[in-house]
Amino acid sequence: MNENDYNFAFLDEGSKREIRRAIIKAITIPGCQIPFGSRELPIGRGWGTGGLQITLSIIGPDDILKVIDQGNDDSVNAISIKKFVSRCTGVEQTTDTQKATIIQSRHRIPEEKLGENHVLVLQVPNPEPLRSVERSVLKARQMHGDTEYSAAWLLLYEQIVRYGKITMGAGYPVLVDGRYVMAPSPIPRYDTLGLDDADCLYLFGAGREKMIYAVPPHTSVVPLDFDDFPFELENVEERVCRICGAENVYFDEIFDSETGERHYQCSDSGFCAKNAAAKQI
Amino acid sequence: MDQIMKVNELSVVYGKGCDYCRDSNNPLEKNRCPHCMAVCAVRDISLELYDSEILGVVGESGSGKTTLMKALYFDIIPTKGSAYLAAYNNGETDIFSVSSQQQRAIRNNLLGMVYQNPVMGLLMNYSSGGNVAQKLIAAGHRNVAAMQERTAQLLDHMEIPLNRVKEPPRNFSGGMQQRVQISKAIANNPPVLLLDEVTTGLDLSVQAKVLDLIRMVQKQLNISVIVVSHDLAVIRMLSDRTVVMLDGQIVEHGFTDQILEDPQHWFTQTLVHSLI
Amino acid sequence: MLIVNNLSKTFNMHVGAEKTITCLDSVNLSVEPGQVVALIGPSGSGKSSLLKCIYGTYLTTVGNIYYTDANGSEHDLANIDLQTMRHLRTREFGYVSQFFHVIPRIAAVDVLSQPLINRGWSSNDSAKRAKELLSKVGIPESLWNMYPSTFSGGEKQRLNIIYGIITMPRLVLLDEPTASLDPVSKRNVLDLIIELKEQGSMILGAFHDYEAMRVIADKSYHVVTKNLELVA
Repeated sequence: MNENDYNFAFLDEGSKREIRRAIIKAITIPGCQIPFGSRELPIGRGWGTGGLQITLSIIGPDDILKVIDQGNDDSVNAISIKKFVSRCTGVEQTTDTQKATIIQSRHRIPEEKLGENHVLVLQVPNPEPLRSVERSVLKARQMHGDTEYSAAWLLLYEQIVRYGKITMGAGYPVLVDGRYVMAPSPIPRYDTLGLDDADCLYLFGAGREKMIYAVPPHTSVVPLDFDDFPFELENVEERVCRICGAENVYFDEIFDSETGERHYQCSDSGFCAKNAAAKQI
Repeated sequence: MDQIMKVNELSVVYGKGCDYCRDSNNPLEKNRCPHCMAVCAVRDISLELYDSEILGVVGESGSGKTTLMKALYFDIIPTKGSAYLAAYNNGETDIFSVSSQQQRAIRNNLLGMVYQNPVMGLLMNYSSGGNVAQKLIAAGHRNVAAMQERTAQLLDHMEIPLNRVKEPPRNFSGGMQQRVQISKAIANNPPVLLLDEVTTGLDLSVQAKVLDLIRMVQKQLNISVIVVSHDLAVIRMLSDRTVVMLDGQIVEHGFTDQILEDPQHWFTQTLVHSLI
Repeated sequence: MLIVNNLSKTFNMHVGAEKTITCLDSVNLSVEPGQVVALIGPSGSGKSSLLKCIYGTYLTTVGNIYYTDANGSEHDLANIDLQTMRHLRTREFGYVSQFFHVIPRIAAVDVLSQPLINRGWSSNDSAKRAKELLSKVGIPESLWNMYPSTFSGGEKQRLNIIYGIITMPRLVLLDEPTASLDPVSKRNVLDLIIELKEQGSMILGAFHDYEAMRVIADKSYHVVTKNLELVA
């Protein structure tokens, strides 16, 4: 492909401007879903086109890009996206969280704390937290407008009634800035806490559903729960990363079918590599 | 003797409307305006609901009675008119003039509605307890154990056994679904309960049971109820006072015993003489 | 006091042929507290209609019905707003109809308790009073928790009567209270009416039964061609 055949960052400037406007609106109304005209991309819907469009709209030649998929820099999807962005921008890439300025991610937030210079772009499959209770898009929007969120709590209540506890795993609904209930994309509960009062900017893009939303820095983000069933993290006690020895991080579980043993290693591969390298010194 | 709700000149018009049909003294073809062809489903209805009484609204299909209920529950937006609830700002604010957010709050806390079709009032795939709990959650409750107790209590009161509280209404019979709706509607002890043809289509014995439960609940909670039915027998059984609707207007209004024994309007007389 | 002044009642029938039927024509009567006043006349003469006009079941066409309530305020029941009438019906009136309007699927004792509970009585006290009256009219205890629809005609009638008077209303309207009763029951019912009278209630009753009427009535009116004649 000849880079000259395409605009910088693939999208035309008009598209980028529209998406940026949607992003700005999203930032001014934390947690509120803003519709946008989702463009055609060489990647199919369901493969991260929402997050990708945000990245392409905000990336500049001096940015440093990191892309992860469930914490991993090396997965096929992460590599594909990195290659694509690189070819139409020439922007520097990294696996080092601290060095990056834009981090596009599917379903995880990096272990290392993000700062003022970071923008984390999350790929979102289903932006509507009320979808499973209210199928009508129009009615759901009216509910958001009226702060009518009994349906969101009902979802959790029903789980408690059926299973004795909240079973919502990834994508736990949160209340943003005390106003909008948001679906934070399927990040584990562990990562949900990282959204609250963060130093960085979080942007969420759903390409198939054509919605963008945002959590600006230092915004309150509180998981929904009940007085007698408070929000609980996943249980990571007694787990140790077999590569770098880290504890109290989010783990991938690896099951060895030959020996029958379970092993744990850091989900965030970049963090793991850094940690292991630091320990060897 | 306190006034709980007041409705003033409520109209629901489908279509443009014109000067002719806007004047409620002008006759229409049934409820359709001969000039602009608008359907005037509800024409300038005014009524009051008092403390601890059951008001019956009787009329045939197309009389506008269900449209009236839907307007009062904010399911549809009236073309004109106002309504006041004693429990909302002392009856000083027209509930149709406030924001949709405020209307939701009124709906969640001050009104209960039971629809003729349970699908409109219940989430069929959620447990019956969950359905009732949603109303409690909407009123701000956040303690699961307390909500579970209250929902079980409400459902038990409607004679739904404890071992079915976790089942979705999809599995229930029609009468049972209506009882779940009633439990949900009264969960927050609203001052006003709206019942729209709640026993229509149910078997007679089931109908009787549901009506008995409604009567019991009304007496215990001192709720004011508006009962809509095309069936005069239901009205006779439940309501103290009755309003007769025809083509969107109230044609007669009085004590139920008077409506039944000394009907004045020709339509009321027709209805009464049609009682099986 | 209850004063009926120049009352006429006409029915305008729109169903079938248009027709006007007059059942009462310029009727006058009065009832004082502690008085039993009887209306006597053949069936269909308008006795029930007069009672119904007073109770509001029929709308009076012409005339007035003056009633002084417990607070001393005077009302014209022929031209009264519904809420005030509702209040009077609950608090001060009792109506015993000629036909058996039994509330279905509620035990007899609970049916009777309800008017007292409406007045603020506790359910225990109401049930107690209901049972007292049920005994007084000779309804056997085995029936007290049964549905009235299972009762005999005479039992239903006695139940109807007690239902109408259990709150000891200031104004009692009786429509043929002793019809279809055996002599013992009749005596019991008349005793109850006398008890009411002694408590100061105004009692207006339509009677077929001259015997019964003579026992308790202080004054009687004959219904003659849609009008009333006071019998000395």
